[in-house]
Amino acid sequence: MNRILPIATVLLALLVVWYAAAIGLNAPWQNDVYRRAGTENVAFTQFVLDTWSQEKPVLPAPHQVAREVWNATAMVSPFVPRSLIFHAWVTFSATALGFVLGSLLGIGLAVLIVHNEAMNRSLMPWIVASQTIPILALAPLIVVIGFNIFTGTLGIPTDPARLLSKAIISAYLSFFPVAVGMVKGLRSPEAIQLDLMHTYSATPAQTFFKLRWPASLPYLFASLKVGVAASLVGAIVGELPTGAVAGLGARLLAGSYYSQTTQIWSALVVASILAALLVAAVGLVERLVNRAMGARPA
Amino acid sequence: MSQLQYFLALVAGGISLIGLGFALVSGPIEQALLLKAFLALGTVTLARLIVPIGLWADGALAALGAVAVLTGLAVFSPAPAMVWLALAAAWLFAWLFVERLSRFLAPGIGDSSGLGLLIPIVFGVSILVIWEAVTRGANVPQVILPPPSMIWARLTASAATLWADFQQTFLKAVLIGYALGCGAGFVAAILIDRSPFLKQGLLPLGNLVSALPIVGVAPIMVMWFGFDWPSKAAVVVIMTFFPMLVNTVAGLNASTPIERDLMRTYAAGYWQTLMKLRLPAAGPFIFNALKINSTLALIGAIVAEFFGTPIVGMGFRISTEVGRMNVDMVWAEIAVAAVAGSVFYGVVTLVERRVTFWHPSVRGA
Repeated sequence: MNRILPIATVLLALLVVWYAAAIGLNAPWQNDVYRRAGTENVAFTQFVLDTWSQEKPVLPAPHQVAREVWNATAMVSPFVPRSLIFHAWVTFSATALGFVLGSLLGIGLAVLIVHNEAMNRSLMPWIVASQTIPILALAPLIVVIGFNIFTGTLGIPTDPARLLSKAIISAYLSFFPVAVGMVKGLRSPEAIQLDLMHTYSATPAQTFFKLRWPASLPYLFASLKVGVAASLVGAIVGELPTGAVAGLGARLLAGSYYSQTTQIWSALVVASILAALLVAAVGLVERLVNRAMGARPA
Repeated sequence: MSQLQYFLALVAGGISLIGLGFALVSGPIEQALLLKAFLALGTVTLARLIVPIGLWADGALAALGAVAVLTGLAVFSPAPAMVWLALAAAWLFAWLFVERLSRFLAPGIGDSSGLGLLIPIVFGVSILVIWEAVTRGANVPQVILPPPSMIWARLTASAATLWADFQQTFLKAVLIGYALGCGAGFVAAILIDRSPFLKQGLLPLGNLVSALPIVGVAPIMVMWFGFDWPSKAAVVVIMTFFPMLVNTVAGLNASTPIERDLMRTYAAGYWQTLMKLRLPAAGPFIFNALKINSTLALIGAIVAEFFGTPIVGMGFRISTEVGRMNVDMVWAEIAVAAVAGSVFYGVVTLVERRVTFWHPSVRGA
């Protein structure tokens, strides 16, 4: 219980700051409106209420964003492009596909690296170096080129092609944390434990599945949480290049073209909720797996 | 030699033999002599079944093969089978060389000689050679993937444009935003640290924020701060603030109670404890955040430019040149970004080694 009070206080303070900032940032435009309409001596409360209910505010007030989110999720069918659930689903499918591909690739690479010294020495420095490269800069390139290859050369219909090219970026972003985390995890068994397996005359496969793999699971889930968040960022950025019409990223871009600030904020809120849900889902799987493996509840 | 190494050696020699066969039956004998010499030498290595051959011979053969394939590509326009076979053989020799070298350098030994560095370099160079050979040999449309030589040509030809973009994006948006964001996160962490109540309230939120797609605020920042670099710097500030905050708060708690008790027995005040014990102890955490942020900052600035910029900047250049299908320019820009990101990261790491010289991870290395 005593954890909720501080968090609630901080959230409340954020709300207050947000409302206050909305007054300040929207005031110039509101004054403009009054001057053009010839209104003078507006009561302060009226002024404040007006800054909180503009059509295209510089900073929409929280209740405006909340109303927009509510209108775009609960009030419309989730199958029409006006619905944020529709866009969130498009982004989620690319995120999920990319996340699965990236995680499998990361785990596979980690297994190779742990079992082959040459692989370790060749790949590890490049994997670490590639973390310092702004991979997202490749996103427009991958989306446009990938889309063209998938539809042109391979003859895949446009919708799956678009999904695939976004998923490639997601996979690319999520495989690094998983690979690095899994290398650490698969190496986490101590020499004495490996020796024990040796005295049991265990085959490499048995050592892997009975010792290394279970020992690496905590590392796996920690990096999967990072990876799923990175996947979502990848999918959203993948929707930014022109051509994408659906998805939270496309929604952000459209909002920025038409100065629909409320639309941008609501897309951001939905993206954040999606991120939190994804991380929570990985956490849930982690807890289930831990219980199935007989871990003591913490 | 191990089983894998024998297998690699046999396949590499066998492919050389087949390649040599193709080379002898096709075309005049004096054409692409280097390539044929390489294939012949590769076939000769099959003698290792009788006489052992040193690992450096394999390395030299791989290098020769790379040069032979690249020069051979200039001779034949659609690459014939023997070039592909030579490429495969050269790659296998490189792999064999790396396998044997890493076996030769028993784990942990021989790293001081710098030989360990050779292995990732061989890997990087083989990727570049294969990239170059495949794109040129198979006539891959340059829209899909330009060869590295073409990217390099573009890089040197449009150095002025790239430099202007680099200045706009890196020197202005990234560095200023990074300094402001990290500085603000650091100061906020020290302030929060004094209040356990705030710490309990802010830390879970800070952790949550680190999972959120913060780049999404880019369009809002562009709307607020205009098209020029301040809006990009603002995105960078927001992206770098939270990792710094969370890590610094964690770092300030890294000193053990017994160390803090010692400071108390010295009658040290809050500031003395902070400067002499808690901040130094927080060093590894702070540098961790600085390293994470060095990557985030570049990403934030580039992505923010997708939402509108003056007609200069790395993100702007990437998105417009993709639209115009000038893919070599995009790759040149990405190469610049990669070098800038790595150098930035490297500088932070160097400073870290100087400042936290006492930490086990630095002393051990």
